[in-house]
Amino acid sequence: MAKNDVKLLGAWPSPFVLRVRVALNIKSVKYEFLEETMAPKSELLLQSNPVYKKIPVLIHGDKPICESQVIVQYIDEAWASGPSILPSDPCDRAIHRFWALYLDETWFPTMKGLLAVQGEERKPLMDQLSEGIVLLEEAFGKCSKGKAFFGGDGIGFLDIVFGCFLGWLRVSEKITGLKLLDEAKTPRLVKWAESFCADAAVKGIMPETDKLLEFARALAAKMREAPPKN
Amino acid sequence: MAEEVLVFGAWGSPFSRRVEMALKLKGIEYKYIEEDLTNKSPSLLKYNPVHKKIPVLVHNGKPVAESLVILEYIDETWKDHPILPKDPYERANARFWAKFIDEKCLSAIFKACWGEHYEHEKAEKEHEKAVKEVSELLQFLENELKEKRYFGGETVGLLDIAANIIGYWLGVFEEASGAELLTREKFPKLCNWANEFVCVTAIKENLPARDKLIAYLRNRFGAGNASK
Repeated sequence: MAKNDVKLLGAWPSPFVLRVRVALNIKSVKYEFLEETMAPKSELLLQSNPVYKKIPVLIHGDKPICESQVIVQYIDEAWASGPSILPSDPCDRAIHRFWALYLDETWFPTMKGLLAVQGEERKPLMDQLSEGIVLLEEAFGKCSKGKAFFGGDGIGFLDIVFGCFLGWLRVSEKITGLKLLDEAKTPRLVKWAESFCADAAVKGIMPETDKLLEFARALAAKMREAPPKN
Repeated sequence: MAEEVLVFGAWGSPFSRRVEMALKLKGIEYKYIEEDLTNKSPSLLKYNPVHKKIPVLVHNGKPVAESLVILEYIDETWKDHPILPKDPYERANARFWAKFIDEKCLSAIFKACWGEHYEHEKAEKEHEKAVKEVSELLQFLENELKEKRYFGGETVGLLDIAANIIGYWLGVFEEASGAELLTREKFPKLCNWANEFVCVTAIKENLPARDKLIAYLRNRFGAGNASK
């Protein structure tokens, strides 16, 4: 398929954009990456995602697809001949989708909250994130069935959804000096994180933690300067 | 092996009703367990320890939680009367709008109906803002419906089921609170769709009684923002 048939509107710090890139890599799909500055948002973005005006947006031919989890499932189904991203069994698929929803609706919002506050306020949020990680360690045990990934031998849907948060997870650890992934408490996830980041589909596109940290600090500073939202 | 399908739900919840609608559409027999959400059963806590919420579908002992996840599970397990189209782009579209309804619509509708309690001068402005937001969200759905009979095309699909909030509960919220949101003049297609939707057998049999729901809502949330 010609490269310009597939475009991805994105930005390098976004874990959601990263998910789409990993999925495209798994399927060996060539695509054009259009980096959005988000200030201002491009015409193409506003046209392609009028509902949320957010990245990522995948444009396949002339059809835009929005929302990273929807996009990853689309990629799995549109390029069905490549390695599968969702597991084949409906039970396993439901488990992957359940935890994916948990990560986006419960876990990551707590992390965003953590990055927006200072000092003392961070500890209880970090504790909540830790509790979530313990649940995921347990889920990993059940999903992986002794293999390297939630998806088994290869990276699957939940690996992508969770794995793409690793950069920001490391940023939270650096900012607070507390560990989320820990050899003692979450040994399986520690190993999984290494495997994920070393995978061919991920290596080279995962942003460096230090760069993300710098970005987070600049963003926090900007938010402190901004007038309070009504 | 005999198949066992359990549904843990609550009579007024659009989310657990979604699960029942999908099962009814596919002709799947199930046992329904009504949960008292103020006194959750040990079974519910066992089957959904993470969120402790309904609905939960238990199929041959294995639990599935989160209504949209359950709908996809149902579609993948029982192949008759598919609720998702075959085409990947159309599937992505259905998933996108179902997520939109859950993420944006319900909370906006609640706010427009029962608002947050502000001091008098602010109340009118906040209410206007909330109503405007619901209007914008409904407009997206009105546009998405186009000339189709249902969101799913000729037959009810996943998005129609997910939109049960719009198709039935919204009208009930309006009556209970005095809010006017889904008006025929602004949203003719959506209104027509809602009328068709509630007539589908599998849907009709799974709607909580209107009066009972109104009484419950008024009791729980008050008479709302009606300027009457």
